[in-house]
Amino acid sequence: MAEVEATTAAPAPEPGSPVPVRRGQPLWARVLPYLLVAPTVVGTAYLLAYPLVRNLLISFQKFGIAQLIRGGAEFVGIDNYQQILSDDKFWGVVGRTFVFTAINVGLIMGLATLVALLIGALGKWMRFAVMGGLVVAWAIPVIAATTVFQWLFQSQLGVVNWVLVALGFEQFDGKAWFADGNSTFAIIVLLIVWQSVPFAALTLYAAMTTVPRELHESAQIDGAGSVQTFWLITFPILRPMFGLILCLEVIWVFKSFVQIWAISQGGPGNATLTLPVYAYQIAQSLNRYDLGAAISMVTVLILAVVLLAYFRQMFKEEGEL
Amino acid sequence: MRTRLSRRITLNAVALGVLFFSIFPVYWMVLTAFKPTKEIQAETPSFLPTHVTLDHFGTAVHADGFWTFWRNSGMVAISAVLLSLVVACLAAYAVGRMKWKGRQAFILMVFIAQMTPWEALLIPMYVIARDTDMLDKLPMLTLIYFMMTLPFTIVTLRGFLKGIPVELEEAAQVDGCNQFTAFRRIVFPLLAPGLLSTSLFGFITAWNEFAFANLLIIKNQDQRTLPVWLSSFSNTFGTDWGATMAAATLFMLPVLLIFLVLQGRVTTGVAAGAVKG
Repeated sequence: MAEVEATTAAPAPEPGSPVPVRRGQPLWARVLPYLLVAPTVVGTAYLLAYPLVRNLLISFQKFGIAQLIRGGAEFVGIDNYQQILSDDKFWGVVGRTFVFTAINVGLIMGLATLVALLIGALGKWMRFAVMGGLVVAWAIPVIAATTVFQWLFQSQLGVVNWVLVALGFEQFDGKAWFADGNSTFAIIVLLIVWQSVPFAALTLYAAMTTVPRELHESAQIDGAGSVQTFWLITFPILRPMFGLILCLEVIWVFKSFVQIWAISQGGPGNATLTLPVYAYQIAQSLNRYDLGAAISMVTVLILAVVLLAYFRQMFKEEGEL
Repeated sequence: MRTRLSRRITLNAVALGVLFFSIFPVYWMVLTAFKPTKEIQAETPSFLPTHVTLDHFGTAVHADGFWTFWRNSGMVAISAVLLSLVVACLAAYAVGRMKWKGRQAFILMVFIAQMTPWEALLIPMYVIARDTDMLDKLPMLTLIYFMMTLPFTIVTLRGFLKGIPVELEEAAQVDGCNQFTAFRRIVFPLLAPGLLSTSLFGFITAWNEFAFANLLIIKNQDQRTLPVWLSSFSNTFGTDWGATMAAATLFMLPVLLIFLVLQGRVTTGVAAGAVKG
């Protein structure tokens, strides 16, 4: 990228150049960019960096309802961390969060790849229809989607139970999906996958259209089937793109909160209790803001590892900022 | 030839399946919203709109505080987006058109800010809001939503700015415009479509946000926003699924309209924001 210097800050014009450069006060021109980014820096400092630092501080303090009201929290070192790390429930939540992420992301990546390949193989009208349908599923606000899924799986009047019974599965007559841990978990997975596949599929499809046709044709002439063509041609070329989408989906799924909170608040039992939900729950129901903050810090650390992978991939792609 | 035909039929059948699964939940929501209560509670559900009624929308619209929540959500989202648009415009210009020390570091900061796990900041935000007497106040939500949308706005605007040849501005400056006038007359009109689509994305983010709205607005129920109200529908409508789906449909409408407007840009825009610098 050719960096173009701001004209006001430009050095004296080259001799013979027809452009008369009007020089503003050099100092003013030098300060201008800093003035332009100042609001962003101030906003980020107060609304992002400060809360993060504050979170770190609270996680080293004794911070309950009394400290919240009166202030004057005292530092207790790593007590909070010791308390959560020695708690079996916490490790259960960590394990569940990883399983939850793996299941969701696996399904999202697999389905999105298949749907992207499908879109590529369709005729014009059908392609348009499928893409339109995906955009609709993507566009629906999370909280509205969550409400709809509660209605779809409602025990007495829900359409899902009716369809299952109509297909001959009598045991689903009046099944209370949200009373059981595993089925609640499954519905939340279904909801997240349903909402996440469109972005991944449409982005992958857009990337696939950049793969030169000749490569596919020559692979087919060499007798490769469509599966082989994908693994030998498409996937290697688009590997960086797959990597980026994978990282994004891992981050998004790992920190998903709204769907779980609105449907089950981590229950029934602890069946859908993942790290972000657990942090919120402990802070809200027990007023243990300190433990909640410590759990949040663990979440941030885990996410930071994924983020690093994402940025590395991105800068390899971009090669510059 | 026969195999090719059967392959095409299979492909289209699968495509119809994908289409059905992506649309059905949304279709069911809208259909339920228009169905008479008798049909909603029927033994056998009807899958097509036979009798259409607007009763449920009436129930939703006349629910306690409906218009207040609608106004709150709209105001918070719009003011957050406007704020972030102005701030991002300044920053994007500095990054895209000027050379200065610390530019790279600033861009990196914006990239990192874009990936902030906001869910992890709920607790400190609550504490900070309490400290500064900002609990139960919409301006606090506005500030948070502004920060949520700002990094994305800067990154995408910078992308759009890169696409506008700098020679245009230079030519304008030769013709006697100063830097600011050149920007206003030449760059800004070219940037307008980019500004519009970026701000619409920001609007969706703010419009849909639930976690902070749910946490920071506790005592003062008049300051609630639509997502929070919608998630507590069972307190409002009990088991009136028709009214609940009507409310969800109304809540979805602005977002769906925006997506339809941005149709072509949706994928490229988000992909560019997520992947491209």
